[in-house]
Amino acid sequence: MVVHRRLEVSEVGDVTVVRFVDRKILDEANIQELGQELYHLVEKEGRKQLLLNFSNVEFLSSAALGKLITMDKKVKVNGGRLQLSNIRPEIYEVFAITKLNKLFDIKDDEAAALEAF
Amino acid sequence: MADNGWTWTLDRVFPSATGAGTQLLSEMLERLRGEGWDEQQVFGVHLAVEEALVNAIRHGNDSDHKKCVHVRCKLSPSRFWVRIQDEGCGFDPEDVPDCTEPDRLETPSGRGIMLMRNFMNRVEYNECGNCVEMEKHREAAAGGADDRASE
Repeated sequence: MVVHRRLEVSEVGDVTVVRFVDRKILDEANIQELGQELYHLVEKEGRKQLLLNFSNVEFLSSAALGKLITMDKKVKVNGGRLQLSNIRPEIYEVFAITKLNKLFDIKDDEAAALEAF
Repeated sequence: MADNGWTWTLDRVFPSATGAGTQLLSEMLERLRGEGWDEQQVFGVHLAVEEALVNAIRHGNDSDHKKCVHVRCKLSPSRFWVRIQDEGCGFDPEDVPDCTEPDRLETPSGRGIMLMRNFMNRVEYNECGNCVEMEKHREAAAGGADDRASE
């Protein structure tokens, strides 16, 4: 069993719900660790349906976006599905500017995201 | 535009260690909030400066602790200005590919400059590309007093 330091992981039915421990995702070492924990869920634990809930997240940098993009690729390779939810408007703007709102499946809240699986 | 009306300046030089700019950023953002900038604008400045600092440390100075990052910032009632310089050999920002192109959308890096340009009013590099100047104009908060300096 892996100890998650940057993530809170729970299960709702077949869906793995992931929340972020850090309110600000910007420290390089934390982002590295965050990436490893996210990838582990997919590659080692074989989880296929994942929901990333951003309700705790007040800030994230482009380095964190990179981890999410790589995570998305890994989920797709494994035949799974990734959804994002509860992204506050300032952060959604970051996704919109970089057009990552077209790459990711983003829902307003956790209930809507769970329903979409 | 005359460089007058600055009410606060900050000069810092620090070695290229991860997180080395954290204290500087905190002071900067605290000052903006203290001057009544709204959170949306503070978020934009935070993101732009964070991205520029990461670029200076990682790409400019190649995370070499012997090389420093030089930061100067100024604040007036109407605008925020910052200059971030590294000791690397620079780059041409025009060479950074557009990550919003469909075939590059899944590339995991290269979005920092795009975010800086979107969240700041002005972003300019020097000729060799190891120094960036950015400026953000304060927008009037809805219903709030707008204490703009004459320009």
